[in-house]
Amino acid sequence: MLNGSILSLITFLPLAGAVILALLPRRGRIIQWWALLVSLATFVATLHLPAHFVYGQSGFQFVINAPWITHPAIRYHLGVDGLSMWLVVLTGFLAPIGVLVSWKAIENRTKEFYFLFLIQQTAMLGVFVSLDLFLYYAFWELTLVPMAILIAMYGRNKGPQAAIKFFLYAFIPSALLLVAILWLYAKTGTFEFTHLQTAIAAGGLGPQALFWVALAFLVAFAVKVPVFPLHGWLADGLTQAPTAMSMVIAGKLGLYSLLRFNLGIFPVQSREFAPWMIALAVIGIIYGALVALVQRDMKRLVAYAILSQVSFVLLGIFCFSITGLDGAVYQIINEGVSGGALLVLLGILYERYGTFEISEYGGLSKRLPHMATLYIITTLSLIGLPILNGFVGEFLVLSGSFVGHHGWVVAATTGVILSASYMLWFIQRVFFGPPSTMVEEKPGIDVNFRELATLWPMILLMVVMGVASSYWIRGIEEGIRPLANAPVTQPMAQSHATSLPTQATLRKGRQ
Amino acid sequence: MNGSMTVLRILPEIIFTITGVLIMLVDPVMPREANRKPLGWLAVFGALAALVASLYQYSLPDGTAYFGVVQTDAFSVFFHVLISGIILVSALVALDAVHPDTENLGELFALISFGAVGMLLMTSGVELLLVFIGLEISSISTYILAGFRRKTAKSPESAIKYFLLGSFATAFFLYGIALTYGATGTTRITDIATGLATTHDLPIAVVGLAFIIIGLAFKVSAAPFHLWTPDVYEGAPSPIVGLMSTAPKAAAFAVLLRIAYEAFPQLQSHWMPLLWIIAAISMTLGNLGALRQKNVKRMLAYSSIAHAGYLLVAFTVLSADGVAAASFYAVAYAVMNVGIFAVISHAGGYEDRLTLIEDYKGLAYRSPLLGGAMAFFLLSLIGIPFTGGFFGKFYVFASAIHAGMIWLAIIGLINSGIAVFYYLRVLTAAYTKPLDTSPVLNVPRASFPLLLALFLTVSVTLILGIAPDRILKGARNAAETFPILSSQQPPLNATPGAPSMAELSHKP
Repeated sequence: MLNGSILSLITFLPLAGAVILALLPRRGRIIQWWALLVSLATFVATLHLPAHFVYGQSGFQFVINAPWITHPAIRYHLGVDGLSMWLVVLTGFLAPIGVLVSWKAIENRTKEFYFLFLIQQTAMLGVFVSLDLFLYYAFWELTLVPMAILIAMYGRNKGPQAAIKFFLYAFIPSALLLVAILWLYAKTGTFEFTHLQTAIAAGGLGPQALFWVALAFLVAFAVKVPVFPLHGWLADGLTQAPTAMSMVIAGKLGLYSLLRFNLGIFPVQSREFAPWMIALAVIGIIYGALVALVQRDMKRLVAYAILSQVSFVLLGIFCFSITGLDGAVYQIINEGVSGGALLVLLGILYERYGTFEISEYGGLSKRLPHMATLYIITTLSLIGLPILNGFVGEFLVLSGSFVGHHGWVVAATTGVILSASYMLWFIQRVFFGPPSTMVEEKPGIDVNFRELATLWPMILLMVVMGVASSYWIRGIEEGIRPLANAPVTQPMAQSHATSLPTQATLRKGRQ
Repeated sequence: MNGSMTVLRILPEIIFTITGVLIMLVDPVMPREANRKPLGWLAVFGALAALVASLYQYSLPDGTAYFGVVQTDAFSVFFHVLISGIILVSALVALDAVHPDTENLGELFALISFGAVGMLLMTSGVELLLVFIGLEISSISTYILAGFRRKTAKSPESAIKYFLLGSFATAFFLYGIALTYGATGTTRITDIATGLATTHDLPIAVVGLAFIIIGLAFKVSAAPFHLWTPDVYEGAPSPIVGLMSTAPKAAAFAVLLRIAYEAFPQLQSHWMPLLWIIAAISMTLGNLGALRQKNVKRMLAYSSIAHAGYLLVAFTVLSADGVAAASFYAVAYAVMNVGIFAVISHAGGYEDRLTLIEDYKGLAYRSPLLGGAMAFFLLSLIGIPFTGGFFGKFYVFASAIHAGMIWLAIIGLINSGIAVFYYLRVLTAAYTKPLDTSPVLNVPRASFPLLLALFLTVSVTLILGIAPDRILKGARNAAETFPILSSQQPPLNATPGAPSMAELSHKP
């Protein structure tokens, strides 16, 4: 019974929480506690999915499919498969962490902050579970709004500019995405993901037009990932955003959309784009790593590190092998967990010392031994040390893409080395060596209980995901197997066509 | 029976007339110093009664009255409801913005009611001369309202500019009617189509139609007839701008739809490219113009030009979907625009204390409610999902693409991307921390009429974005009253959810 409504519950629980939150009094920490409660409840609800997921069953599960707007035909269609399930859980997992890291960092205007924060959760969850393109697009656009306002209001000094930049970068390609979606609707009469898949596999739509449509999808998603030449917003957006938002600003939304919609609806066109995307991915890996190496601001360093990380995912995606795709999805989750943990740690450091300037720090490990340990574990996870999660993802991506792309993969591997150098050098400058004057002057307070409660679940997850990866891979593989298969081209289209006349005649009979 | 039915067909008009007359009668007998705000409440209740009457008109069978000059059908009643609703909210907003000692307060509310009569007649008139009279009634009241702040420099300037250019445009409209009469021998909208079929003077009819389009394009401030808009909006009192940027435009769009689809369907090949061009340049010039503005009202004036362009995109579709999309967009645009002007006229007041975008810095800090409402309407104007603005745009462009107007849709959607930039400037200003000297700190607390107006506009905008089914159905029924569209080929999508492969496989 619950299986039918669980996705609606997960998606709209934060929204309902936000509405109630708007009515709460601004007294003490009522608002924080409420936001924490709502986000924890959402996380618990998301755990229902892996608990009741039926492995070995293709297609979507926990589906709800009801008419929403009769004309144009838009349906309220939600569902998850192995690909999206873990991303839903990841979003649920990061929500309470986001509340906890903002606990002290956001002191003023808390009501507005947590209101928008919870709406952002609904929007992101909606993106992962929508199977109707209209609904999906609605959530996709909605993710921009709370994010932009939160960056503008709670960001560092240049928040408003960064927010506008982020919004424009994401919104204009989305307008073209809307044209593409509407074109598909005009030609096929449906917004539904599965119907579109079959309609396009059946052929009949001009390959030339489909190329442009697929390109519009690709660009809109690539900006959000971001893919190499479109990453202009990332450094500013991520640097200015409050920690809870910088944890979710890049990566999973765009990468998931690429997998689900570009690879899912346009298998043929995606393969046409693949050589270009692989090239851009490798350039992104190396470029991001090299730029990260010379950053002076910690958050900018992380921004370019993330660019490098998501480019790894991209490499895995566009190789179309099961191993590579497994690794890509695994890396999306890793990026959320380990990248998120690093940003949480940076936020904690900023709360104590009020600067992200690397050169101001030095010799922190003697003052803050616990924090140093947490930083080092997170770093090791990010650079892909075996028995931690990052290793699994990187290994799968590289081994999955090695077949057929030797040259590119060799180049990408240098990215692994570079990531180790910029991360370890960063740790060395901040935590080791002689203590800097700032560290000497300010009282060093090691991590407190709230911060440990935020970080330990993430650290634990890094280890578990590094050791017992097969638990996750099992579900992911179900989701990505259809994407790795060679696309259905002309001969298969024929076999589809044989089944078509029945439907055509049915329809005629009805008229 | 028949006589009472006749009266019922103009019931909302009658209610507004009575309201206006009543206000004019009560105003002079009140003591000089008396608080005249109750007159505003009278206007509010009049508008409410007219709204109820308009909704009641849905239960009337379609038909004409008064020698066939007025027609109530799904189309005119749809716009009756819309216009009465706008007047209701505008009266509330005006009530909030004015002071008890504002000059000529009674006349302000009387003129709002009288203007409404004209707008309603425009939508239900099927005789061009009646439409013209309705246009004049509504225009003259808005000319006066625009100049209501007599003692400032800008307000009379705005009124005179509006009056001179407006009368020029109405003259075009009238000339167009005359030429149409010359070509077809009738001024009744429903008969023009038959007259066109037999006329020998088709070129004259074409010129007449062009003049009519020019006149109406001026009224809806579509480019290149838009130059008056920023100046007039800047000078007129804010609550009035909220009214005149929505209700008369909705009425003019209704007239344009009726004339294009009911009177001149044969000339589609002539007016369609014309409106295509007007739509494209309105969107582009409106948005580019808005980018450079520092004054919020001027910016919204340019934005209204752009929105007129989006709406005109739907005109080029030539199907029931196009008319339905245009009608739906008129509703969505009107609601969000009235809403944002409710915020502006409360924040700036009747005297326009806040004019520049910078002046709005910190509005959300001063009043989270006003800031939130402003943000909400700006997001709807941008076209963010789950708001009326998004669904309106979506529907317009969906029908345009379905009709093969891909380029117009691309122009429109890129424009809506550009538009984000200037709307966001206001939004970020509202959410920037105010300084101690920021003018927003003097913004008064929200009054009851304002809260009511905001509640109405926010909830309708949300309904339009989340559960638009009923209003969409109203818009479709409205579209199908035009004979040319009622027996149209299958609509955009006949069978929801049905696999479309059937259609595809029919293609060679």
